[in-house]
Amino acid sequence: MTLVEVLFLLLGAMALGSAVLVAVSANLVHCALWLVVTLGALAGCYLLLAAEFVAWVQVLIYLGAVVVLLLFALMLTRAPTGAVPDLTSSNRFLAAFTAAAASGLLIVSFAAGFGGTRIEIGSGDIGSAGALGSTLFGAWVLGFEVLSVLLLAALIGAIVLSRRQERD
Amino acid sequence: MIDWWDLALRLGVVLVAFLVLPLLVGQLEHKAMAHMQSRVGPMYAGGFHGWAQLIADGVKFVQKEDVLPTAADRHVFRLAPAVALLPYLIVLVVIPIAPDGAASSLDVSLFFALAVMSVGVLGSLMAGWASANKFSLLGGLRVAAQLMSYELPFVLAAVSAAMAAGTLSLTGIAAAWNPWWLLWQLPAMVVFFIAGLAELQRPPFDMPVADAEIIFGPYTEYTGIRFALFLLAEYAGIVVLAALTTVLFLGGWQGPWSDQLGWLWTLLKTGAVSFLVIWLRVAYPRMREDQLQSLAWKGLVPLVLLQLVITTVGVLAL
Repeated sequence: MTLVEVLFLLLGAMALGSAVLVAVSANLVHCALWLVVTLGALAGCYLLLAAEFVAWVQVLIYLGAVVVLLLFALMLTRAPTGAVPDLTSSNRFLAAFTAAAASGLLIVSFAAGFGGTRIEIGSGDIGSAGALGSTLFGAWVLGFEVLSVLLLAALIGAIVLSRRQERD
Repeated sequence: MIDWWDLALRLGVVLVAFLVLPLLVGQLEHKAMAHMQSRVGPMYAGGFHGWAQLIADGVKFVQKEDVLPTAADRHVFRLAPAVALLPYLIVLVVIPIAPDGAASSLDVSLFFALAVMSVGVLGSLMAGWASANKFSLLGGLRVAAQLMSYELPFVLAAVSAAMAAGTLSLTGIAAAWNPWWLLWQLPAMVVFFIAGLAELQRPPFDMPVADAEIIFGPYTEYTGIRFALFLLAEYAGIVVLAALTTVLFLGGWQGPWSDQLGWLWTLLKTGAVSFLVIWLRVAYPRMREDQLQSLAWKGLVPLVLLQLVITTVGVLAL
């Protein structure tokens, strides 16, 4: 095994382990902080896969914004500073089953789709910002635009919901 | 093959800069703020105009007891100062002080800098949570609210510089700079600087730590060396913000005799921007929470979107 493979396995184990801790931790804030570790380890995996740009975007958006948003929402709603006893949901077995089924499906479909494919990452600019940009706005532009319409719809939905509460 | 000695030397310089520059800014703040307020500031420590005041402060902080509140979440509480401080050290690695003067020449160094900087705020949030103190929690709430509003204009302003230069590399952006940018990218520069101040929670954007109402917010329960680390993070943040503003919008090392004195130009410009940060603290009173939010969403975001349009037109037409 090369050094890169060892690092990749370590980061993968770290992501998986901290993801389990996100689910089982009794302290809501610890859950959010373990999520930071999970997302950071994923960024490390991207980096090892030569997807440099995606890795830093992952740090900027997920660690820097999404986790902050999560913590903010926690503060605004319940703000518990210690452990919460009734945190475990009653349908945890169903949730575990769903999670296992979804990851099984993803693993199988990825293995079937890209199982034998090998990409030489030594050649340079596969994961660079330029290569990613021209792929995103060339081959995948339709999906990109559909996603932005989806986000716009979510934004308008949020405005509508908050306006309705104002009128009542 | 990487030249290990060269790399070690560069990282050593970064470490020294990280340890020295924030203290210089801190001392400058002591003295400049004092004179702006018709005081003299520290005069005794070290003999000449109190130059050793911050060293004395450091010794004092180390001697103080490291208090851990009973209700605090121990590990998170202890970890928070490191999370707040370390990102600024890491960002310094990619900031170029001369054409060949960055410790690491990353292809997407602008994104790297923005991404790592955005992690630092987690330290304040962790501190706010882990202290189990209502003032800390209120402070943490304000930190999060402020960050979410100002992160968007901050990143978009940096994007404007990247679009104008046609690269995401900080070295490339500084190399592509020319004096016209002072006019063309002026709105982006103003937005970047103001939003950066807000991310650092510097006055007039210090609502999250407002000492007179929520007693330093997330840092209420901190004492001794951990509190000093948070203060150090603030000054390291000023250095990083000033250096990034210099590299993105003020041309970095560019100036007369830049072949030999490029690094000096970078340091001078960084120092000037740091002085402006201090000046603003003295000049403006603290902004209220609703004023903060409306400045971000009604002022900075539309302005930087307009700047992006102007930059696009400039790039396509010229």
